[in-house]
Amino acid sequence: MKTANKKHEPLFHITKNDAIPMTKAIGIRVFAILIALILVGILSMILIKENPFLIYKAMFDGAFIDVWTLLQNTALLLMFGLAVIPAFQMKFWNLGANGQVLVGCLSAIACMKFIPQKFPDISNGLLILIMALASILASCIWSVIPAIFKAYFNTNETLFTLMMNYIAITMVDYFVFTWDKTGSGTLGIVNLLNGKKGWIPDISNRYVLSIIVALIMTVFMFVYMKYTKHGFEVSLVGESVNTAKYVGINVKKVIIRTLLLGGIICGILGFLYAGSVSHTINKEVGGLGFTAILVAWLANFDSGVMLLTSFFVVFLDTGSKYVSTQFQLNSNDYANIVVGIIFFFVIGCEFFIRYRIQFNKRKSKSIEEREEA
Amino acid sequence: MKKLLAVVLALVMIMSFAACGTKKTESSKSDLSTLKVGLITLHDDSSTYDKNFIDAMYRALENLGMSKDQLVLYTGVGEDEACYNKAKECVNQGCKVVFADSFGHEDYLIQAAGEYPDVQFCHATGTKAHTVNLDNFANSFASIYEGRYAAGIAAGMKINEMIEAGKITAEQALMGYVGAYTYAEVMSGYTSFYLGAKSVCPTVKMNVKFTGSWYDYDKEKAAAESLISDGCVLISQHADSYGAPDACQAAKVPNISYNGSTKDVGPDTYIVSSKIDWTPYFEYMINCVNEGKAIEKDWTGTVETGSVKLLEVNDAVAAKGTQEAIDKALADFKAGTLKVFDTSTFTYDNGKTLESYKADVDSDEKFEKDTEVVKDGVFEESKYRSAPYFDVEIDGITLLDRNYG
Repeated sequence: MKTANKKHEPLFHITKNDAIPMTKAIGIRVFAILIALILVGILSMILIKENPFLIYKAMFDGAFIDVWTLLQNTALLLMFGLAVIPAFQMKFWNLGANGQVLVGCLSAIACMKFIPQKFPDISNGLLILIMALASILASCIWSVIPAIFKAYFNTNETLFTLMMNYIAITMVDYFVFTWDKTGSGTLGIVNLLNGKKGWIPDISNRYVLSIIVALIMTVFMFVYMKYTKHGFEVSLVGESVNTAKYVGINVKKVIIRTLLLGGIICGILGFLYAGSVSHTINKEVGGLGFTAILVAWLANFDSGVMLLTSFFVVFLDTGSKYVSTQFQLNSNDYANIVVGIIFFFVIGCEFFIRYRIQFNKRKSKSIEEREEA
Repeated sequence: MKKLLAVVLALVMIMSFAACGTKKTESSKSDLSTLKVGLITLHDDSSTYDKNFIDAMYRALENLGMSKDQLVLYTGVGEDEACYNKAKECVNQGCKVVFADSFGHEDYLIQAAGEYPDVQFCHATGTKAHTVNLDNFANSFASIYEGRYAAGIAAGMKINEMIEAGKITAEQALMGYVGAYTYAEVMSGYTSFYLGAKSVCPTVKMNVKFTGSWYDYDKEKAAAESLISDGCVLISQHADSYGAPDACQAAKVPNISYNGSTKDVGPDTYIVSSKIDWTPYFEYMINCVNEGKAIEKDWTGTVETGSVKLLEVNDAVAAKGTQEAIDKALADFKAGTLKVFDTSTFTYDNGKTLESYKADVDSDEKFEKDTEVVKDGVFEESKYRSAPYFDVEIDGITLLDRNYG
C-alpha cells in the first residue's frame, strides 16, 4: 500500500500563495538580485577577464557620472509606467504607451514646426499651450480607440494596443520623411537655430522640469488609485467584472475613462519630449513604453514602488553601458546581457512569491509517520 | 502613507546627491599622453558603419602613441537627447575633443558645443558647421564618391566577364543597389558607383531599392533578395548591416561592399569594398586639439589624404585585372585627371546634359537650393561643404521606390 502510494505521487506540486508576508517577499527579491549579480560577476570575469568588483564599481560609477541624466531618464520611464498602471490594475493589458506617446509627440512637433511658419508673431506661451493640447488630444485618441473596442466588442486589447504602436511608428517615419526634404530621415532639433520657438523654458536646467512633472504625476496617481472612488472602481473591475456590474458600476465607462487617463499622461509625456527633452521626433522616442510594462509589473502596479523600480532599471541600464565604455567592449551586447540576466531573475522570483512549491516526498513521509503513529 | 514618505525622502536624498554629483575635471594644458578623446557611435561594432569609426579611432590612437584608455567610447547612442547627454558625460570625464558618427547626432552636438566652448566637437557627415558658426564645432567627410567609382569599375569588369562568358547578354547587364534613404549621401554614392561601372560596361543599368533605415538587417536582406529575383546580376549597398552580403552569398550573386570587407560572410561573392578610412582625420583632429589649432570647419578626406580606400580584392570572384584597374583609377583621382561627375559622361531626364545645377548646400528650414555647383563641365561634389550634395537622378538608374520605411 505504501509503495503504491509513493509511485503515484509526483515529486512536488504547486499551490497559489496569496498571503506571503511582505518581509519574506522582499527577502526573496533581494536574494534573486544577489544571485543575478553573482552570475553577472562570473560571466563578466569570463567575458571581460577583470575582477568582478571592479566591474560592479564601474557600473556604479557609470550610473552616477551624470546624476541629472540618470534622474531624468528615471522620470521619463516612471511616467510611461504611470500611464499604464491604471489600465493594468483593471487587467486591461495596455501595451500601447509607446504609440500613444509617439503620436502625442508627433502632434506637438508638428505644431512647433508649422505654427510659427504660418503665424510668425505667435507668443511662445500660446504655442506651448497649443502643443500641449494637441499632444494630449492625439494620445487620448490613440488610447481610447482600443478602449472603445474593448468595452463594446470585447476585442483583445493586448493585440489591439500593440498594433496601434506599429501604426504610430510608421506614421512617424512617414512624416519625418515628408518634412525633411533632404531625405536624410532625421528631423534634427526643431527650431534650434530659429529662436527656440515652442521650447518650454528650463527650470534651472533642462532636466528638472520632467523630474518635477513625474513627481507630481506619481503623487496624483498614488492618491487617485488608493483614495478616490474612481480608483476603487478600477480595482473592482480588475478583480471581477461581474462583481463590478452587480454593485452597479458602469464597466464600459470605467474602461474608457481609465484609458483616457492613461492617454492624458502619455500626451503630457509626448509634449515633454517635444518641448523639453528631445525637441525632435524619431521612432525610438516611445521606446521606453515596453520597458515601462516591466517596471510597472515589478512594482506590482503601485506608483510609489515604481519610483524605485524605474530608478533600478535606469541605473542598471546606464551602469552596464558604462562598463562597455570603461572596458572598451565596443559593443552594446554586454549591457543587454547584464540587464537581461537581472530581469530574468527578478521576474523569475515572482513565481516563488506568488506560488508555493511543496515537495511531496516530505509530505507523504509525514502521512506515513502519522499512519504509523 | 508611510511608504510614500519613505520614497519621497529617498528621492530627496538622491537629489541632494545630484547637487554635488557633477564635477568637471579641467586641465588647462593638454598633452598627447593625457589628452582624452570621446567617441559617440549610433550602433556598435556589429554595424559595418560604426565599426569603421571605432577601428579607425584605435588605429589613430596607436599611431599617435596614445593608450586605449584615453578613449571614452559610447556605443548605441540614439539620435536624440542621448547624444547630448553622452557628449556631456565625455566632457565630464575630461575629454578635450568629442566626435560623433551619425548624421542625426549633429544638432545635439551643436547644443553641447554651445555649452562647452573649451571642448572641440567634431561630427561626421554633418552639414551645418559652415553655417552655425561655432568655433568649436566642425564637420568632416571624404570624397568617397571616388572610391565608389573605383568599386564601380570592379563591378563593370565583373559584368563584362559574365557577358563574355555568355552567362548574360549585354542588354541583361542590370545591377542592384540597396540604399538607406533618398538622401544626397546615398544618391551621390550610388550614382558614382554606377558611373564607374558604366565607364567599362556602357550597356549597364541599375535598379535601386531603399530601406528607410541606416541599419536594418532584415530589410536590407529582403531588398537585396528582391533585386536579385528581378534579374540583377550584381549587388552593391549603402546600408550598414550584413543583410545584403548575406543575401548575395545565399543566391551566389557577386557583391560590392561598403565600409568594410564582407569576405568572411561572402567568400564566393564578395569582390571588393570601398571605404572611408577615418584614421587620418582622427589623427588630424587630435593633433589640432593638442596643439591648440583650429580644426577646419569642413574637412574632406581624399585619396591623397589616405581617407578614401579600396579594400582587398577577392581574386576568387573579381574579374581579371580588377586590382590594376582600381589602382589606375585611384592614381588618376590623385593626379586630378579623372572626375567622377564629369557631366559629359551622364545625362538626366531622358538625354539632357547637366549644364547648371543648384544644390542645397546651406541646410535651413526652407530647403532652398542655394549654390551653383556645376563648373567647367564638372559637378563639384564636396567642394562647398564636406557632406555630399549630389542628388540628381540620372538616366540608367531606376529608383524602384522612395521608401520611408
